[in-house]
This record gives sequence, C-alpha cells and structure tokens, in this order.
Amino acid sequence: MKLLELTRLEVAYGGIKAVKGIDLNVPKGELVCLIGTNGAGKTTTLKAIAGLLPVPPDAIRYEGEPIGGVRPFELVRRGLALVPEGRGVFGQLTVAENLAMGAYVRNDAAAVRQDLERAYALFPRLAERRAQSAGTLSGGEQQMLAIGRALMSRPKLLLLDEPSMGLAPLLVQKIFETILAVAKEGVTILLVEQNARLALEVSSHGYVMETGLITLSGPARELLDDPKVRAAYLGESD
Amino acid sequence: MDIFLQQVINGLTLGSVYAIVALGYTMVYGIIQLINFAHGEVVMLGAMVAFSVIGALAGTTLPPLVIVLAGVLAAIPACMLVGYAMERVAYRPLRGAPRLAPLITAIGISIILQHVAMLVWSRSPLAFPQIIPLVRFYIGGAIITGVQIAIILTSFMMMGALTLLVYRTKLGIAMRATSQNPHVAGLMGIDIDRIISFTFIVGAALAAVAGVMVGTYYGIAHYSMGSLLGMKAFSAAVLGGIGNLAGAMLGGILLGVVEALGAGYIGDLTNNVFGSNYQDVFAFMVLIAVLVFRPSGLLGERVGDRA
Ligand SMILES: Nc1ncnc2c1ncn2[C@@H]1O[C@H](COP(=O)(O)OP(=O)(O)O)[C@@H](O)[C@H]1O
Ligand SMILES: [Mg+2]
Repeated sequence: MKLLELTRLEVAYGGIKAVKGIDLNVPKGELVCLIGTNGAGKTTTLKAIAGLLPVPPDAIRYEGEPIGGVRPFELVRRGLALVPEGRGVFGQLTVAENLAMGAYVRNDAAAVRQDLERAYALFPRLAERRAQSAGTLSGGEQQMLAIGRALMSRPKLLLLDEPSMGLAPLLVQKIFETILAVAKEGVTILLVEQNARLALEVSSHGYVMETGLITLSGPARELLDDPKVRAAYLGESD
Repeated sequence: MDIFLQQVINGLTLGSVYAIVALGYTMVYGIIQLINFAHGEVVMLGAMVAFSVIGALAGTTLPPLVIVLAGVLAAIPACMLVGYAMERVAYRPLRGAPRLAPLITAIGISIILQHVAMLVWSRSPLAFPQIIPLVRFYIGGAIITGVQIAIILTSFMMMGALTLLVYRTKLGIAMRATSQNPHVAGLMGIDIDRIISFTFIVGAALAAVAGVMVGTYYGIAHYSMGSLLGMKAFSAAVLGGIGNLAGAMLGGILLGVVEALGAGYIGDLTNNVFGSNYQDVFAFMVLIAVLVFRPSGLLGERVGDRA
C-alpha cells in the first residue's frame, strides 16, 4: 500500500520551477531515499509534502487523501513529520522543551512520558543534557534532538532532510543506525541525502533527482550497481 | 519626611503598572516583531470600561472591593476582545507585508480607538468615585497607601502568573518556540495563528488590569490617557530589551523609579530651572542614555541573535 504518492508534482518559486513534475511513491513500512546533487530540488520536494509550499491538492496523496496545500500543523496531526534541513531545533529552549514540542499535538500524557524515556534511551546524550538549552549542543546532538523530537509526535511518515549534513563520519554512522532502528519499529521514512551510498545501503527503494526531475528510480540494490549512479553519485568510474 | 523613600514607593507603584503594560508590547514583538502602537489604547479602554461599571455601581450598597472587582471583570473580556479583533482584522492580513505596513496600521488603529473612545465617553474625563477609604501606612518616614500596596501586589502576582504560563506550560513553551522559529513551530503541529491570537489576548488582559490600576491611582480616566502611558511602557520594554519578558518587567519598574526620583530631585539638581513637570523628559533621557551603551536593552540579546 502506498502511504505517500506524488503525481506530476510541480513546485515553483515565483515563476521559476524548482520541481518540474515528479512521480514518487513511498510504500507503507518502507525506507525510501531521494538522492541528488545540491540544488536538485530535494528540499523543495520535502517542503511541499510537509505543507510549507503551495501545491495543487491532488499532486500529493497521503494515506490515499489529497494533501497538497494542507497546512503543516494539520499534517503533523495526521502523522506526517519533517526533520528540516539544518535541523531547526529551538536553540533557546531546553532539550526537554524541544522534545515536548515534538509531542505538542498529543494529549495522552502518560504515553508521551513513555516515549520521552524511549527517546532518551535511544539518545543517551540528550538525556544527559535535557535541561541544557538546545543551542549549546553540538551539530550531531542537535540532529539527534531533531530526530527525537519528530519521533515524539509518533509519526507514520517521517521525512528526513539530509540528516548527515555537516557531521563527522562517526556521527553519520550513528545517525544512520538510528534511522534504521526507527524504520525497524515500523515508521515509514522518506530520506533525502547527498551521501548517496549510505542512503542507498539502508533503503529499499531509491529515486535520483537532477534539476527538478527524477532521472532514475528502482530498488536500492540495483541503483547501487547502476553504472550511471556509480559514476555520478558514488564517486567511482567504471 | 524621607523624599527618597517616598519617591521610590511612588516610582515602584507606577513602575509596576509600566511593567504590566510593557509585557504586552514585548510579547507581541517577540512573536511577530510588530510594535503594537495601539496597545496603550487597550489600556485606556480597560480604564474607561471599568470606570463606567464602577461609576454605575458606586451608588449601590455593594462593598467597594466588589465594585472595583466588577469593573476589572468587565474590562478584561472587553479588552481581550479588542486585542483579538485588532490582530485578526488589521495585522493578520499584513503578516507577509513589509514591516512598515503593519507599523503604520498600528498607529492608525491607535487613532481609531482613541476617537471611538471619545465618541462613546466624550472628551471629559471619568472620575473615580470616592468609594475607597484612604488607608495610609507609615514606613521609615514615608507613606504608602492601600491603593499603592494593592497595585504593587497585583502587578507582581500577574508577573509571576505570566512567567509560570510562559515557562511552565505547554502553551507557554509553544509561544516561545513560535517566537524563535514560526516555520519549525508549524512543523511541530503548533497552530501559529492561534498562538498569535493568544498572545494578543493575554497582553490585552494585562492591559485591562493596568488600565484600572493607573486610573484608580490617579483617580481619573480619559480617552487620551493611553498615548503617553503606552509610549512610556514601550520605552520600558525597549529599555529592558524588547522581546524579553524579564526585561519588560525590569525596564518598567526601573523607568517608574527613575522617573519618580527625577521628579523628586530635578528641581534641586537644576537649581529650580526645571520643575517636576519635567519628569517625563527625565525618564526618556535615561532611556536614551542606556540605549547608547546597550542598544539591545538591559537584558536583550544582541540584534541578529534571533533564531
Ligand atoms: N526560497 C527559495 N526561493 C527561490 N529559489 C529557491 C528557494 N529555495 C530553493 N530555491 C531554488 O530551487 C532549486 C532547488 O533547491 P533545493 O530544493 O533546496 O535543492 P536541494 O535540496 O536538492 O539541494 C535551487 O535551484 C534553488 O536555488
Ligand atoms: Mg536541500
């Protein structure tokens, strides 16, 4: 079953098209990645899905319903969470307050408290720093906080925009382990990455985006072996 | 008589009113970066509504405290409604517009509200009826009245309650999150529009009580009382660092005390060239002096620090 379905999605910034009619599916329970170079239109695509950019209703379907143009806060209530590029933690709020904001739409206080403990178990660094303001955290810790915060809403679909950006290799490894762990718990994920190899290695399915268009797609294994992908995105020549 | 202590008491009284009004300016600025010039008029409307109710009940046998409370309870919802409506009707449509547009609109709203008040209540001031017995306490050579004690206590209680709201409740955390980054706040499922409405409503409720307090203190309320009071409270918010709650409280109290001390001593300091009627000038001189050395205010973050 398709949880998310993009049909000829077009997104423009003041007349200039950044996304030029793409089709993309994310089946329920799977981890799908969208890779491509800088400026390809990946962030624009995720923003449109999350309700941050105006698009026609039918271009985006979520759980079978058209959601194009639905406002972000309503989508969160329906189980769609975006971890934005650059993390977007609230720097002047504490770690605990950031996590509380992730659970803003929920009213089941007892279950929220359980999820909070789960988030701290998943990211022990955050537990140590729960009373610290988020602005004082390192880049990796902020990324963990951003993911942990998104999980606090108990999303059905998690959109991740370049979670590895600007992180040291060891931390990238740790972030990807976390993403896999989250996926194993049954959360459907659409992962945007410039680190194509890692993204394809954890995904079941992949899409390659170039200047606003999907140029390649298929099972992640096949893309990893595709000579064009290897040459353009995995830094190999055949 | 101890002039210094007396002026500190008087300054603390007015200063706590300034602080309450300044909170309204700073909360709105913190969340939508708008200087709501019409906020002083909300204070005025609070005083006018309350005085009308108090005046109507003054002839009855009700105890004075009940009468004043009835005035406050009428003023609060009236001001909340005005605060909500001005954001909804005048500021929200201009959310994406250049910053000058809502600013000019705010000045327009302020003028409109003044004139509406003039039409409703006429140009002549409303007097506070003689229903509260004058209670005085003597402390260390100075006098503090029952009304002064009531104003200071009420103000500090409201400041405490607001601090709890903003720092200890989910709604308050959502307000701070929205003020830091409205886009990301939306991604958390926070309805930004509702948070903004709520901010205006809370600020207006505080303004209503401030209006009753300052009206009761001076014994008079009139349609133009909001201008200078609003200007001073706004200055207090800037003095403390606009957008910062503790700054508004500190700035308000400081401005009130400095102004009162200025009024008490300006004659001596200037060989009676300037009298106590120059107290307003004195307060603004202090403001300018502080801003020269700390442009972001006493507790404000450096400009550009905002997430
Ligand atoms: N706010 C914006 N206004 C105008 N153009 C933008 C804006 N954001 C992105 N773009 C343009 O849209 C294109 C796609 O950008 P983006 O979606 O951020 O790419 P990616 O995330 O793949 O690096 C780029 O050409 C970029 O310059
Ligand atoms: Mg991007």
